[in-house]
Amino acid sequence: MATVAWPAAEKRAHIGKRYDRADGPAKATGSAKYSYDINRPGMLYAKVVTSPHALADISGVDTKAASALKGVRAVWVDTDLKEVQYVGQIVAAVAADTEEIATEAAELVKVTYAVKPHQVVDNDPKFVNAASGAPAVRNVGNFDQAFGAAAVRHEGTYGVPVITHCCLEPHGQVTEMQGDSLYIWPSTQNVTGYANQLGAQVGVDQNKIVVETQYMGGGFGSKFNFDKWGVIGATLSKQTGKAVKLMLDRDLEQMIGGNRPSGFGKVKVGLDNTGKITAFSADIVGTGGVGGWNMGQLPYVFTKIPNISITGRRIVTNRGAQRAWRAPAHPQCCFLSQTALADAAAALKMDELDFFLKNLDLTDREEVYKAELLKCADMIGYRKKAHARGDATRGPNKRGLGMAIHTWGGRGHPSQCDITVHSDGTVEVKMGTQDLGTGTRTTVPQVIAETLGIQMDQVKFLMGTNRYPPSGGSGGSTTIGGVSAAARMGATAALNELIDQLAPRMGLKPDQLEASAGAIRQIGNPAYAVPWKTACALLGPNTITKRGVCDPNAAQAAGLINQQVGGAQMADVSVDIETGVVTINEMVAVQDCGLIINIKLAESQVFGALIMGITSALFEEAVYDARTGQMLNADMEFYRLAGIKDVGQLKVHMMTGKGYDERGVIGLGEPPVIAPLAAIANAVANAIGVRVPDAPFTPDRVITALQKGGKLA
Amino acid sequence: MPEHEDTSQHAPGFSRRGFLRGIGVTGAAASVVTALKPDANAAEAGIRGPGEVPVTLKINGATHKLNLEPRVTLLDALRNRLDLTGCKKVCDRATCGACTCLVDGEPVYSCSMLAIEAEGRSVTTVEGLGTPKKMNAVQAAFVKHDAQQCGFCTPGFVTAATAFVRKHPNASIDEIRAGLGGNLCRCGTYAGMLLAVSDAAKKGGA
Repeated sequence: MATVAWPAAEKRAHIGKRYDRADGPAKATGSAKYSYDINRPGMLYAKVVTSPHALADISGVDTKAASALKGVRAVWVDTDLKEVQYVGQIVAAVAADTEEIATEAAELVKVTYAVKPHQVVDNDPKFVNAASGAPAVRNVGNFDQAFGAAAVRHEGTYGVPVITHCCLEPHGQVTEMQGDSLYIWPSTQNVTGYANQLGAQVGVDQNKIVVETQYMGGGFGSKFNFDKWGVIGATLSKQTGKAVKLMLDRDLEQMIGGNRPSGFGKVKVGLDNTGKITAFSADIVGTGGVGGWNMGQLPYVFTKIPNISITGRRIVTNRGAQRAWRAPAHPQCCFLSQTALADAAAALKMDELDFFLKNLDLTDREEVYKAELLKCADMIGYRKKAHARGDATRGPNKRGLGMAIHTWGGRGHPSQCDITVHSDGTVEVKMGTQDLGTGTRTTVPQVIAETLGIQMDQVKFLMGTNRYPPSGGSGGSTTIGGVSAAARMGATAALNELIDQLAPRMGLKPDQLEASAGAIRQIGNPAYAVPWKTACALLGPNTITKRGVCDPNAAQAAGLINQQVGGAQMADVSVDIETGVVTINEMVAVQDCGLIINIKLAESQVFGALIMGITSALFEEAVYDARTGQMLNADMEFYRLAGIKDVGQLKVHMMTGKGYDERGVIGLGEPPVIAPLAAIANAVANAIGVRVPDAPFTPDRVITALQKGGKLA
Repeated sequence: MPEHEDTSQHAPGFSRRGFLRGIGVTGAAASVVTALKPDANAAEAGIRGPGEVPVTLKINGATHKLNLEPRVTLLDALRNRLDLTGCKKVCDRATCGACTCLVDGEPVYSCSMLAIEAEGRSVTTVEGLGTPKKMNAVQAAFVKHDAQQCGFCTPGFVTAATAFVRKHPNASIDEIRAGLGGNLCRCGTYAGMLLAVSDAAKKGGA
């Protein structure tokens, strides 16, 4: 009998191996069909008509000219919409024979607006108003008293702007009615749940909606639901009887496809004369556009600081609504906390690493952070390179080191799969999950092959549609736990049924058998074995199909999955104090995430997170013009992403082995993207001797900070 | 009270496509000014359209005869008319490189070239570089070094990198960083990409 517990390290044949990404060749050759790439016979192209105003009443929509254009097949107007609240809000849409005609027709739709005064500023408390709702307040101990008594009192302002998801594949979908069934190929990170509640909105029975996403080009938290464009696409398909492709153009993707809320404010830190943190306060404002705003966890990671006073206030702005962005609120809170802490340590003239180490007892996982920080220090050569605030060497090029630590939950989501063993020894797995580029398509077969003692190429993994057993959306680092536990449970059940059938023929009890290295073998006497294919041949015309179910509580109790990880990062930067340009020399990341199914893909996640974090530190900001309410950089030229020459040397180390493996599988998508911003910020401060208070650390901000600090070259 | 009445068509923003609406220009001699004033000399000036015109494209060695409006970009012709979807539409403004194809062997942003401009030239898309069972050296190296995550930027990078290593065998890491500066990735796959392109370059190109 096989048990569901993960095999011991010495018995693992597939788990923990560095397999190449299963869909790597399809992606590298352009044969992978993303949702944007789905072309259906007779398909129409849809374009949306959007508001150029940040706040306005709609007084009329005239579609005559658009409808009259040759090649236009349908026009849709949001007749319920009376007021637009941000630039880019969808008012109407057209479907036409070609993309070019659709674009032209959308420009011909005349919408009459009565413009009203808007508000897009997100960093000034004076814009907090009744619409902001009640502030988030949290008090622990007595901050005022502790701060007053502190040996070191630091006060500073810090800020993180709104950034966008900037998914390379924009939001959107292809829709098609086939009889009374609605087929949708959306760019989504949630195939099972994507269309929930869409049916009622478009007049299709919910059980006749088929969702399929084999490949999707980035979501980062912004692609869970069908959205307004999903309703429009389905409606246009119903109206025309044709397939309709509706993908957002890049400017709209930047304005309405999702963004990460901002946070700006004053932070105070009190230390005793040994560098122990005694008091922390933060008074923060921020925006999620017309969407909500969540304060997050302040102070970040150092949650056991004895005296805390936090106030968070939302500013409602006429900007597109925020969406979950990798590790929601964590990168901002990490930055707002750990920059101020580092500044307090600098005020005490205390080494930053010593300061972090000294205060790790104020975190939930002291030993893990200690091991990870020391590993980082070793990887980057911290003790040799570290210096006090302000690189004292001559010349305009100043070099510095900085660090930050983070945390995340990452427990697996509810997930199910069906596993079928065929009589020829092949295995088929069906699961309503998706692969965002995180490696689901690779890791699930690893778990199946491990459990059944077979090779990877004997496993056929079918996924990416809601026709398969339900699985969760890929958000919050929940996928790997959910899919690996479901796969393990289902495969174990299938194996045990095969063992039940085989055991009498081997003259053994089922509990004397296990699967390994391509055979069902007697435990303790592996030479007495029946090859996998021979065992499966006993099924004759039958198959074995078992449902694997990950109930997160049960899976955690069984030791398959877990939650709560740490993670430490250090950055080595250079700052040219004549030009203000920040250059990343090196970044190191040390990350734990329990039992790792595929080390190669796990490392890729962390490398990617470092790069995404570098991008946010150096370049990213959704720039809005207060007067016109327009997003000024709704493109990819002025909304810059880091290029290959911007990222410096990157090193990643995954914590594995004793103390980590036995925790079970934990998700990895979020944690490593949290610390880079704070680590780079601290490295910049260490290099130039003054704090650049607001991200991103662009030349103008660096020069301003140098000027203010009297350190300009 | 409304501050002012405004009648507006579409989200703001300068549209280069709108600028060239309905007509297209071929040939180095034709200027945009000429294009905006079609007249009796239009044919001599190389003006075609408005409306669909016959276009012959040579892509991955195959000849395709199409009827399309001159304003159709090479990218949209590939994706929307020929179902060659390896080139991706991402920024649509010659910034990100996801639409990179080779025109007469040189990397080109296909979002910023009209299909009619590609007539008489040899176009290679990522589909023409290799297949999953027979990848070129760059593609194989991208898989080996996991230089991709969501993979949406990958075809553009693979195509640009293929052209790069052909020109720069044995390129250094710094040369690779400079050479691939015309493409962008959001997932952050540059670490694997440097190893992959370096590996492919050492093998003498694709």
